[in-house]
Amino acid sequence: MTDTTPALQFENLSVAYRVKGVSRPVLAGVSLEIRKGEAYGLVGESGCGKSTAAFAALRYLPRNGAVTAGRILIDGQDIGQMAPPALRQLRRQSVAMVYQDPGKALNPSLTIGRQVQEVFELAGVPRADWAARTVEILAKVQISDPQLVMGRYPHQLSGGMQQRVAIAMAIASNPTLLVLDEPTTGLDATVEAEVLDLIQHLRRELSTAILFISHNLAVIARMCDRVGVLYAGRLVEEAPTAQIFNAPQHPYTAGLLSCLPQAGRSKDQAPLATIPGFLPVPGEVISGCVFAARCAVADDLCRSTEPAFRVADGHASKCHYPERAGALPVVAKAGATLRMAEQAAAILQIENLSKSFGDGDQRQRVLRDIGIELRKGETLGLVGESGSGKTTLARCLLGLLQPDMGSELKFAGEPLAGRTAARTRDQVKSIQIVFQNPDSALNRSHTVRRMLERTISLLVGLKGAAREARVQALTQGVRLTERHLASMPRQLSGGLKQRVAIARAFASDPQVLICDEPTSALDVSVQAAILNLLADLQAETQVSYILISHDLGVVRYLSDRIAVMYLGQVLEIGPAETVFSGPHHPYTAALLSSAPAIGDEGAERVKLVGALPTTAQRPTGCVFHTRCPQSIPGLCGSKAPPQIVLEAGHVIECHLPADALPVRG
Amino acid sequence: MNTQTAAAGWRGDLRRLSRSASFDIGVVIVLFWVACALFGPHLVPYDPFADDLLNSLMPPSFAHWFGTDQLGRDVFSRVIVGARDILTVAPIATVLSTILGTALGLTMGYFGGVIDEALSRIVDAVLALPTVIVALLALTALGTSNITVMVVIAFSFAPVIARTVRSAVLAERGFDYVAAAELRRENTFYILFIEILPNVLPPILVEATVRLGYAIFTVATLSFIGFGIQPPSPDWGLSISSNYGLIGGGFWWTVVFDGAAIASLIIGINLIADGIEGLRHD
Repeated sequence: MTDTTPALQFENLSVAYRVKGVSRPVLAGVSLEIRKGEAYGLVGESGCGKSTAAFAALRYLPRNGAVTAGRILIDGQDIGQMAPPALRQLRRQSVAMVYQDPGKALNPSLTIGRQVQEVFELAGVPRADWAARTVEILAKVQISDPQLVMGRYPHQLSGGMQQRVAIAMAIASNPTLLVLDEPTTGLDATVEAEVLDLIQHLRRELSTAILFISHNLAVIARMCDRVGVLYAGRLVEEAPTAQIFNAPQHPYTAGLLSCLPQAGRSKDQAPLATIPGFLPVPGEVISGCVFAARCAVADDLCRSTEPAFRVADGHASKCHYPERAGALPVVAKAGATLRMAEQAAAILQIENLSKSFGDGDQRQRVLRDIGIELRKGETLGLVGESGSGKTTLARCLLGLLQPDMGSELKFAGEPLAGRTAARTRDQVKSIQIVFQNPDSALNRSHTVRRMLERTISLLVGLKGAAREARVQALTQGVRLTERHLASMPRQLSGGLKQRVAIARAFASDPQVLICDEPTSALDVSVQAAILNLLADLQAETQVSYILISHDLGVVRYLSDRIAVMYLGQVLEIGPAETVFSGPHHPYTAALLSSAPAIGDEGAERVKLVGALPTTAQRPTGCVFHTRCPQSIPGLCGSKAPPQIVLEAGHVIECHLPADALPVRG
Repeated sequence: MNTQTAAAGWRGDLRRLSRSASFDIGVVIVLFWVACALFGPHLVPYDPFADDLLNSLMPPSFAHWFGTDQLGRDVFSRVIVGARDILTVAPIATVLSTILGTALGLTMGYFGGVIDEALSRIVDAVLALPTVIVALLALTALGTSNITVMVVIAFSFAPVIARTVRSAVLAERGFDYVAAAELRRENTFYILFIEILPNVLPPILVEATVRLGYAIFTVATLSFIGFGIQPPSPDWGLSISSNYGLIGGGFWWTVVFDGAAIASLIIGINLIADGIEGLRHD
């Protein structure tokens, strides 16, 4: 077996889209090879051309897209030259793709059994074998009861199960090349970890080559043998995974890595590095290196001459000065933040907060007896899988949802009414939010100026020159300029939009600001800038944050304390560093170990059994016992766990004795 | 890239619309009839009201392009000038029904709950009644006049628009900008008409255009059965009503051109609606 034909080969590939009659190049001269059985990762920020590369590999570009130069070879065959029947044959047998959103990739009106079976029908498998093969392939993707799942429709399965089915369909024909386009981006951390485990397991079993596309560097680090970094449609660096992450040779790669909030870094030490500037517009004529405008080490040579793609020891980079990348200055000014006095006064007190939806049998308790105190000037991180009630809690605090009877909220010592309308103006202006998605949070028909002015008028009561001064101050505070004020949201990039949302939230000088996944819609380089901004604003204004995020790196960077939620209950709360260093609640340990982190690839994972129960069928005793790897039979399922106080402020609800609690370190 | 989309906006939409052939044809047809309504009396070769009994029921000729009717009036002149009343009554009725329906739909969609339930049942009830029958009742009770026709059409079309607006508002209601407005204690009027309304304008525009076509049809129908526009107007529906008995005698020209006028106007409006709808889904 010395078949050295690559599974996929791009030869100097250029792809362009026609937009409004103008041809806009999206990939420019990309050459890469994926060997048989190899997992190749393609990373880069949104707009770099990752998905275009994926679609090109299947010759499945959108109607306005075309290959303008170069060739694509699958298993040595030029797919650009293939006639439609050969192309169909290729897609049926040799290549397969798994998309980001499995909910959209599966046909909602066919049962799982029916749609998986289709793959075998097309592959020409005899009818008698269809059912058996379907069961076999579903078992292969570790679905424990294939017969049961085959009778279900996609909407009856969880996101993780849907993605397993999608993967099963993709590998059913035992393809030469499997393209995975952000396969875990829409999934929760624990589910993501399971799906990644599955893909790795399958890799060992099948000889399939994988093109793995992700914006998440940690996922790529864990999954791939070699990595290519795309920037503005060009491959700027390519090397074996370890080399890319340990010794990047392109300033863009180095920049991406230093943007990530990582273990042991917090806002108190140093701001995150950022990559200033923006991606060039597709079609822009650039002489010299495409990255020069944003590069910290660029000189005149970079701006005038395009660097060649140089290979040395299997490490290739498109940079004049590959050695400079490693020595890049990580922007680190002295920490502006001072650590809060440990016991600052409580600004927001939450006691016995519960929230139910529905009546009678349909009644679902989404939040149960939450008790949290938020202190002045601190950041409280709120983590947990989706469905754990984080956003419901935020909406209750804001007064957008009325909590159940018996719940008690206090702001600055005064009782806080359930609904916004019943609160005083001072209370309303003091508790504000930065929503997750700025596209939803900003009215697309209003200018930035109008949004800011209206908020200032209503909540602060300023008019005329005083209001204008406040608008200017806010704009500068979030590093926007005068010309952004006249813009509509659609004219701004994602990062700029989130800045507008932050400026609006700060317009009324809030004392408590809830940040609901403030950076999940953004690229890492933009995320770093937004996190720095939030940290700076907190240092200036002493605002308290409640930070909701599924990204543990983000939470760790910004938080002073962390609360871990599961099915509407707080299982663990404590100072950020102790929650991360342990001992933890078994659920926290599972969450921490499921988050992929760079430099952590070999670590043993705590595996959770089963799916997240719904609040309608809340487990008795400890809510987590159905999935807990350390559950004590007979006890955890029947009796609510006691609170273990490990040290001042670190509280865990668990039956395990304190010395048996897991520690991940 | 961003600045380009900025410059686009309304003007860009119009430019893209004008590239759609059906939209262009629709605009030409409708503008033609609007011009006839505005300037028709000054352009036509004959006085559309002048009897000429010696030349009654003449077939189309060079002197009378569309022939003459029973009273010897020039059919061509009457068709051109006949655009006037229908193009006043139908658009005003449509605008009224759009305003009413939009206000209703915004209220239903934003408040939801009991208010939505109650209003929805009323809307369903009105929708269940055939427009022409309601119009007949109302016009019999109130007496026929152009104003009554407008009001009756406005009320019977508003529910359809209300339903369209309601479903668009329900989608908008889920966006966080509405929550953000509530979090600055915005008043309800502002949330409905300044925050939400601009974002639901496109479906309202399409629905209103489609309704305009129906309104023209309804006005013509009412005129035909004698409850709409009243004589001596050269209105198309009215003309067909007074002349359709003559078809049997072979005097087709007294009816066909009026019928074609109604059809072309409705088709033109629907072509425009198609164009706008296409743009929304682009």
